[in-house]
Amino acid sequence: MSTILDKFSLYMQYPFVHYALIVGVLIALCSSLLGVTLVLKRFSFIGDGLSHVAFGAMAIAAVLNVTNDMPLILTITVVCAILLLRTGQNTKIKGDATLAMLSVGALAIGYLLMNLFSTSTNLTGDVCTTLFGSTSILTLTQTEVWLCVVLSVVVVSIFILFYNKIFAVTFDENFAQATGTKADLYNLLIAVVVAVIVVLAMNLVGSLLVSALVIFPALLAMRIFKSFKAVTVCSAILSVFCALAGILVSILGGTPVGSTIVAVDIVAFFMACIIGKILGRRGTV
Amino acid sequence: MAQLICQNLSLGYEAKAILHDLSFSVDAGDYLCIVGENGSGKSTLMRTILGLQAPIHGKVLTGDGLCPNEIGYLPQQTVVQKDFPASVREIVISGCQGRCGLRPFYNSKEKQLAVEAMEKMGIGYFSKRCYRELSGGQQQRVLLARALCATQKILLLDEPVAGLDPKVTAELYRLIDERNHRDGITVIMISHDVAAAVEHASHILHIGKTVFFGTKEEYVESGARYMSVGMERGEES
Repeated sequence: MSTILDKFSLYMQYPFVHYALIVGVLIALCSSLLGVTLVLKRFSFIGDGLSHVAFGAMAIAAVLNVTNDMPLILTITVVCAILLLRTGQNTKIKGDATLAMLSVGALAIGYLLMNLFSTSTNLTGDVCTTLFGSTSILTLTQTEVWLCVVLSVVVVSIFILFYNKIFAVTFDENFAQATGTKADLYNLLIAVVVAVIVVLAMNLVGSLLVSALVIFPALLAMRIFKSFKAVTVCSAILSVFCALAGILVSILGGTPVGSTIVAVDIVAFFMACIIGKILGRRGTV
Repeated sequence: MAQLICQNLSLGYEAKAILHDLSFSVDAGDYLCIVGENGSGKSTLMRTILGLQAPIHGKVLTGDGLCPNEIGYLPQQTVVQKDFPASVREIVISGCQGRCGLRPFYNSKEKQLAVEAMEKMGIGYFSKRCYRELSGGQQQRVLLARALCATQKILLLDEPVAGLDPKVTAELYRLIDERNHRDGITVIMISHDVAAAVEHASHILHIGKTVFFGTKEEYVESGARYMSVGMERGEES
């Protein structure tokens, strides 16, 4: 036990561990906020689709040899998010099919591009780290940390300011639109914010695991709580807690960061199921 | 002056009209029932009145101090709503959203409005309960309260009693009648049940192969043709 504590306090002396914890907490917070809306709007897979798009964008950035790839990835992902939501309803190809097409397409093109043009000697390693998250969370520069902080503040403040509108649009889009809320506009806003979150979260858990970060906390909170506000707050808290636990375990145990966080999320989810069952049996209101 | 005027409306999807040249008007305080068979375009008409869908031809006009987004609306329930984790109060107050504009939070007047709407619908005592745990009739009353938050003038109801048992149905009709008689709110209701429509409404719009618009008395007099078609439907559903 004492050796673990020693190891822990040793690690805590390094700034990169601080960075990792700050960024991890922020990303977990942002991703959980909109998770509830996405799950309820039956858009759980949008996070997944967009993260594949972001992977494709990353490949393009790598091929073009862009040093700071964040802005490019962000732009491409946001554009795709808007396109997806625009074409989501009333089109010949239904929303889920478009999403599947786009996400698999982006994945394939991304890998193809990396294979054809990459100068790296360790291609498989590169691809693997992008897909499953990497040690990149431990190699963050100060600029990247600041960028992440700024974006997180923007995401959280947008969410708080538009909380009531997001609720109205999530619960009943038609009603909101008919009574004078610009539902299209807020759908667009949701899409853009989700895209930003996905790109941020890719640093933490890698592009294949992003949707876990978005949907697990929401599903978990929905098991236990019964009002929208309680569900949102609970999913934010739990998400941050799981991310912290995941990062600490992975640092101490040397496991991959992304999959450790997701594993903690899964454990928490099953615990929430059991708690929900017990509370339900008692007939709580 | 009429509150709502539909002029020469042709409705449908992708330029394929299912309703042609429909004209009618609704005055303040009217209780209009729209009846007709499945697929005759009742819901399409409602979506057009709400501005969710553009008419192929013709116009929907509002008058008598009614703004287009002052229409309270009770939609048919969607799958999303069935297991939505939200409290009754949260849903009712979301009806005030249209009043907020860009203001992010509800003010005390809107909170008061929500409380009053819940009282009127007799759901004040379970305002903290979760929507997905309520019975069908209770859920409809919650959505009606939300519609009352959005308007004090006109309510559009899309088959409000679908799937409810007779007792709850009667209760819901009573609540709607009360809003119409006591508060003077105009009601436009889509219904399958012609018998109930004739009992509660002041005007009837029958759409389908033949179109009728007039008062309930005229409708009953105009005879068996509309009635019988409607009755069959009413019994089926």
